[in-house]
Amino acid sequence: MKFGIGQPVGRLEDRRFVTGRGRFLDDLRIDGALHLAVVRSPVAHARIRSVDVTAAEAVEGVVAVVTAERMDPEGRMHIPCLVPLKNRDGSRRADPPRPVLARDRVRHAGEAVAFVVAESRAAAEAAAEAVAVDWEELPAVVDPARADAAAVTLHEAAPRNVAFDWHFGDEAAVAEAFARAAHVTRLELVNNRVVPCAMEPRACLAHPEEGTGRLVVWVPSQGVWLHRQLLARLLGLPEARIRVRTPDVGGGFGMKIFVYPEYVMVAWAAHTLGRPVRWTAGRGESFLADTHGRGHVTVAELAFDADARMLAYRVRVRADMGAYLSNYAPFIPTLAALKVLTGVYRIPAVSYGVLGVFTNTQPVDAYRGAGRPESIYALERLVDVAARELGLPPEELRRRNMIAPEEMPYRTAAGETYDSGEFVRLMEACMTRADWAGAAARREEARRRGRLRGIGMAYYIEATMGDAEERARVRFLEDGTVEVAVGTQSTGQGHETAYAQILAERLGVPPERVRVVQGDTDVMEEGGGTGGSRSLTAEGTALLEAAARVIEKGRLAAAHHFEAAVDDVVFADGVFRVRGTDREIALLELARLVASWRERPAGLESGLDADAEITLSAYSYPNGCHIAEVEVDPETGTVDLVRYTVVDDFGVVLNPLLVAGQVHGGIAQGVGQALLEHAVFDPDWGQLLTGSFADYALPRADRLPFVDFSYIEIPCRHNPLGVKGCGEAGSIGAPPAVVNAVMDALAPLGIRHLDMPLTPARVRAAVAAAGG
Amino acid sequence: MYAFEYHRPASVAEAVRLLREKPEAKLLAGGHTLIPTLKQRLAQPSDLVDLGGIAELRGIREEGGALVIGAATPHGEVETSDLVRRTIPALAHLAGEIGDPQVRNRGTIGGSIANNDPAADWPAAVLGLGATVRTDRREIAADDFFTGMFETALEADEIVTAVVFPRPRRAAYAKFPNPASRYAMVGVFVAETDGGVRVAVTGAAPCVFRLTALERALAANFAPEAVDGVTVDASELNSDIHASADYRAHLVKVMAKRAIASALG
Repeated sequence: MKFGIGQPVGRLEDRRFVTGRGRFLDDLRIDGALHLAVVRSPVAHARIRSVDVTAAEAVEGVVAVVTAERMDPEGRMHIPCLVPLKNRDGSRRADPPRPVLARDRVRHAGEAVAFVVAESRAAAEAAAEAVAVDWEELPAVVDPARADAAAVTLHEAAPRNVAFDWHFGDEAAVAEAFARAAHVTRLELVNNRVVPCAMEPRACLAHPEEGTGRLVVWVPSQGVWLHRQLLARLLGLPEARIRVRTPDVGGGFGMKIFVYPEYVMVAWAAHTLGRPVRWTAGRGESFLADTHGRGHVTVAELAFDADARMLAYRVRVRADMGAYLSNYAPFIPTLAALKVLTGVYRIPAVSYGVLGVFTNTQPVDAYRGAGRPESIYALERLVDVAARELGLPPEELRRRNMIAPEEMPYRTAAGETYDSGEFVRLMEACMTRADWAGAAARREEARRRGRLRGIGMAYYIEATMGDAEERARVRFLEDGTVEVAVGTQSTGQGHETAYAQILAERLGVPPERVRVVQGDTDVMEEGGGTGGSRSLTAEGTALLEAAARVIEKGRLAAAHHFEAAVDDVVFADGVFRVRGTDREIALLELARLVASWRERPAGLESGLDADAEITLSAYSYPNGCHIAEVEVDPETGTVDLVRYTVVDDFGVVLNPLLVAGQVHGGIAQGVGQALLEHAVFDPDWGQLLTGSFADYALPRADRLPFVDFSYIEIPCRHNPLGVKGCGEAGSIGAPPAVVNAVMDALAPLGIRHLDMPLTPARVRAAVAAAGG
Repeated sequence: MYAFEYHRPASVAEAVRLLREKPEAKLLAGGHTLIPTLKQRLAQPSDLVDLGGIAELRGIREEGGALVIGAATPHGEVETSDLVRRTIPALAHLAGEIGDPQVRNRGTIGGSIANNDPAADWPAAVLGLGATVRTDRREIAADDFFTGMFETALEADEIVTAVVFPRPRRAAYAKFPNPASRYAMVGVFVAETDGGVRVAVTGAAPCVFRLTALERALAANFAPEAVDGVTVDASELNSDIHASADYRAHLVKVMAKRAIASALG
């Protein structure tokens, strides 16, 4: 089938996007909208002595200048963290309040202190600048490695700046295994803090709805429902009084899941003033007010027996939470990271401890991969270092410890049950494509040119996450359109194409007839949103279910129409036929026909329209091998990524083009983290020093090599499509592959480990220290 | 951005007149520093005088054996100019390494040198080739033009009209870009001219400067090895989150060697 599952169907949404007809939030026009500008703290930590709005109120065009006192006199508007987490002593994690507007203290540079609503953006910005705040600056806590020993604490409710002290595993069993180990490899490493940098900045537009008086809030989200829930809670409105909508979204990467203070300000202002209010972040605001990602300081130890088989794994992480706990922040380094703590290896015992700490920096939350990249990075770096210490090729150490296909389903010591995977097979396939065997000759050739060449691999596994429930609703419209409402939210991945493919195959309708509707709480009452690479596994399953119901209803309708027995009606290629006759009718024609019936038989009251609600029995475990090859210029420290090979197991591949796009983008972000990206703060005062693209280095197309991407389809056993998620995979596999390659290049100099990002300055310093 | 009055004069004389009348006015050339500064509300000029409408400021030509580049000529035109590639290919190469295509199609040589950003590329070429900066009222030797960080010998109402580059015997530019901004973290322009060897370094210090010790060494032996005996004093160099002064000092030598090797072809 031309448009069915497995076909490289071109993205249906791209005609809209590449011709400039995408509608992103800032493109939405609404008459008479007021502009909101945020007054942000210029310092990372300070007491607020006073806020004087007199001059701001005098600016022409200003409608309101709002402080915490005005917006929230009783001090109740706090953005909640939604993750319950127990400390190792059984007590609950710290839960310090996160106000929408700071009242008496600011805890990170860029924190909102007040906002202005004005008739124009210029007036709003001018007035915001005129708000005079008297600060009493405090020392800032910046380094997560020392936050719990800092002289200053951010929150009364979090002594020693500890957000949580969490542990999973069997410490005693791990200690016993380490005691009898033939070899232990230990590595301290940093998973560098990064800024998501979505191409489209965050924004918000809220207005009273004509006729109903409800509050309509537009946000560039990854799912509208969390926003409705929290906005209702903070504004003190019933959820039914708020409609949340999301138009086209230009990149989310996890960062657009969350409810941010600005959204509450915009919604509150529109509700309070009874007028449309809008705000769009500038890029500088994005750096200061979006959640950041990663930010781990890790000590990882792996114990081996005399045959280099893994016995036990001990990991201790200090996770930077930033100044406040964002919606899901504590989940990321703990339960999310735990899912793949042991990677693809047989490790009988684990002990995983995470100390979440507060610092005077932007809140940290999920960023593409969310915990799983951090775990895989630590483990895959450690395996490479261990291989070198044990005198084994890295692929051999991996091969010896990888879980075999015949062991599936395999329950890991971290508590996950992997359903499928052929890790050795994929690793070897990747090595072949990457010409692993020829790397030594290429290294020698590079050496003659004065370059240090290295090759590195990483084997990642991901556990997809998020809501196990999902819904789909199929409607047959009069004009022949098949409208499908979904509970997920595309932020650029190509969901419209993917879902159309599923329906096209199952219902036999042309994909261009399918219209995907998303991002509206009026259209779908509930949905799981997009995140954790869940969309295809969850929504795809819901679509299959909805399609099956449509077909069941269609058989009923065709039987009625042809006066035949339901059991005699068969459906294939979009057509219902009565077995043994020449009577047949196409699905869309039947849908139109049923809609025209005055009286419908039982079960067809809503025509062929069908709703479905499913619950996945379990998640999926995408996995694969990344091999990077680099050349280091020892004189300057520059790392050139010269070759990149990846072989993935995404289960059944719905659309190779969409999957390749996800893999390419994920690898680019992973390479960015490995080589370039770093949120750097002033160590004493907590200012973000990389607050613009002049200092925060993103990967660019001309520095990335061609990616040799291929896949081996090993169907997932946990969903009927057999699919595994692919959205985050690239950003998980790339950092350890690239760093392992650079460390391989530098190994002749005796350099064991360098932390990301491997900037020219950092690499050159190491080379120089090694006498190179 | 604060409000300002916008002017688009058709001649240099008119632009100068506007500058004299409006003491808080700023010149707008390619705008690559000015516009972001305005957007961040870090500057509040009363007036912007856009030089984009002055035809006499644009173009590349030969004049008595020298190459003359109009001040409002975008980098992209220099990069792709046959005349530049034939006469001083190092300039085409330098122009082609500035920013990205969008920057090169807007940014201008006059704007770059008048702004004198410590990490800009053009100052290295102007100083390295011993060029002459032509303004609406005089000619300024490169050695006198760049006076400090973001500072030049230009008077408040003075407008650069062109840069006159003498043809060197050989020349080359080697740049180590900042990974984020792609400005020069270190850029070294090396030239063997009729007046001797010149080496100009940008990106490394608060202002472009000549590395006279290396000039002397190269005068004796124009070869990459000449760099080995030269010491670059890190104490005068910039240190920031991207590169320490020591690393910059090291890069000056590495880039100098590469520029020399490149000049030797």
